[in-house]
Amino acid sequence: MFYREAGQFKTSYEADQSLFPIRQDRIGLAVILLVAFIVIPLTANDFFLTSIMIPFLVFSLAAIGLNVLTGFAGQLSLGSGAFMGVGAYAAYKLTSIFPDVNVIFLVLVSGVFSAGVGAIFGLPSLRIKGLYLAVTTLAAQFFLEWCFIRIPWLYNYNASGAIEIPKREMFGVTISGAEATPIARYFVVLVITVLIAGLIANVMRGRIGRSWMMIRDMDIAAELMGIRPLQTKLLAFAVSSYICGVAGAMMVFFWLNAAEPSSYSITLSFQILFMVILGGLGSIAGSFMGAAFIWILPVFLKFVPGAIGIEIGAETVEHLTFMIVGALIIFFLIVEPHGFARLWQIGKQKLRVWPFPY
Amino acid sequence: MNAIISNNELPQDDFAVEREDLLRVDNVSLSFGGVKAITNISFDIKKGEIRAIIGPNGAGKTSMLNVINGFYHPQEGTITWQGKVRRKMKPYEAASQGIARTFQNVALFKGMTTLDNIMSGRSLKMRKNFFLQMAWIGPARTEEIEHRKKVEEIIDFLEIEAIRKTPVGRLPYGLQKRVELGRALAMEPDLLLLDEPMAGMNLEEKEDMSRFILDVNQEFGTTIALIEHDMGVVMDLSDRVVVLDYGKKIADGAPGDVQASQAVIDAYLGVSH
Repeated sequence: MFYREAGQFKTSYEADQSLFPIRQDRIGLAVILLVAFIVIPLTANDFFLTSIMIPFLVFSLAAIGLNVLTGFAGQLSLGSGAFMGVGAYAAYKLTSIFPDVNVIFLVLVSGVFSAGVGAIFGLPSLRIKGLYLAVTTLAAQFFLEWCFIRIPWLYNYNASGAIEIPKREMFGVTISGAEATPIARYFVVLVITVLIAGLIANVMRGRIGRSWMMIRDMDIAAELMGIRPLQTKLLAFAVSSYICGVAGAMMVFFWLNAAEPSSYSITLSFQILFMVILGGLGSIAGSFMGAAFIWILPVFLKFVPGAIGIEIGAETVEHLTFMIVGALIIFFLIVEPHGFARLWQIGKQKLRVWPFPY
Repeated sequence: MNAIISNNELPQDDFAVEREDLLRVDNVSLSFGGVKAITNISFDIKKGEIRAIIGPNGAGKTSMLNVINGFYHPQEGTITWQGKVRRKMKPYEAASQGIARTFQNVALFKGMTTLDNIMSGRSLKMRKNFFLQMAWIGPARTEEIEHRKKVEEIIDFLEIEAIRKTPVGRLPYGLQKRVELGRALAMEPDLLLLDEPMAGMNLEEKEDMSRFILDVNQEFGTTIALIEHDMGVVMDLSDRVVVLDYGKKIADGAPGDVQASQAVIDAYLGVSH
């Protein structure tokens, strides 16, 4: 009844090809952006920002990155954690070498290093497909982790072996380092995430996005339509790694303040992969939903027993959270193997005909 | 049906004289290990004709198409494309030279809509770079819209307006075949290779498809190489027919001549020994 596009006619191809062709979707997006940019900064406390919103946005961006590669271009990867690490270490080195350069600029540049590394590890994808490719990206994960531990130059010969983010300012506001306020960090992360999500959505509706999906759906036919497999796959690896790299750099600069090699371990890769699978392969909105499910739900679950007055130990809560989230993952994958993005689509389809069943 | 009849009444004998070769295959042999798929085959495809390649199962028809569009590289023989002897090439190079193709078992991009599938045929004609596309500004946007117009013409031509936004995986088989034809047409090819475009279709769908093939040939002037098992269709549509059996050429000529050839009858019906 409320969600119906009847009467919304398009008179140009341009209007038909817009990102949100349905008016209700545009209103929905405007509301979400309004909440993200105005309501949350005005109302949220520091805990909500640092423990929920900032990591959620960082993980969403990383999930978008992996989704470009796995969801859109169909190349399974288990190296996203390491590519995030490349971004983080590159940004750290850059800001050590050029302390006066704006740190946001450096974070965005650090993705370029990650893209280069990603493209190199994407080379086997011309010959290897599916699970076997996943194993070669696993090699990338272990090799890069080894680099983070064994090359002291990367962490400026710090005795602890970790990178600690120095204080950096922009327009007189501290945005990184321990003294930066959550609100400043939140805005930086929000702007970068929204910007990259929008740009990637544009890529996906154009020729290059289509060429990735062609390779994913039927590589032989794609080649016959004039798609060069190597270039297309490497571009997907590079773009995906760039986004993961920026997410990794944001993770340490605007959220954790310090990072060890273990921060970018295989666990992180799996976490991102679960977000992508659960959110929906090949969907940008799904990446946000997947990140919300994997990151925000456990945080909330931890507060449920306390909120309803049940006294149980913190450790028990932790274990319970694991079990509940695990069970929910299985449940959702059985209900809808194509993830939240598809559930959301089905829901919208139902809304269109509501209150009638069909 | 008028079109089909008049097509048959073309002066068949003049055909080979009047038109120049688009593609020549000379003494091509292809084998996989010990299996000889194609043995010493030569034929030509003239500009603007509908050339049928027929033969019993396993005769090497699809292998021949795969040789033409660069999937297989023949061990012997040469392929001359538009007057130039072609070196060993990759499928995407063949595509950029104007060879398009449909597949025996539909090879559409299942996760994409009809519109996107046909748009994908325009990939080679679109040039705007990644950064322009990312920003969706100026030239990149204009380019998308320009090509969308072309694609809409094809959608219009194939009468598939209603399924424009439907993911192709959900379409019935006959429509998928039609979308696949549309995708090949979007490349605006010089040579269109159709691998069993009518396999598994009912009579009406076959008639529709025949009509589209003739229209493509006559309106766009596209040269068509057609593999098909339905002899009625082959005889009605094609200008010339080449017959393969066990990887060898056993007949070549106008549909009527081929039909009367003893070697062809033997290949299809078998011979008593």
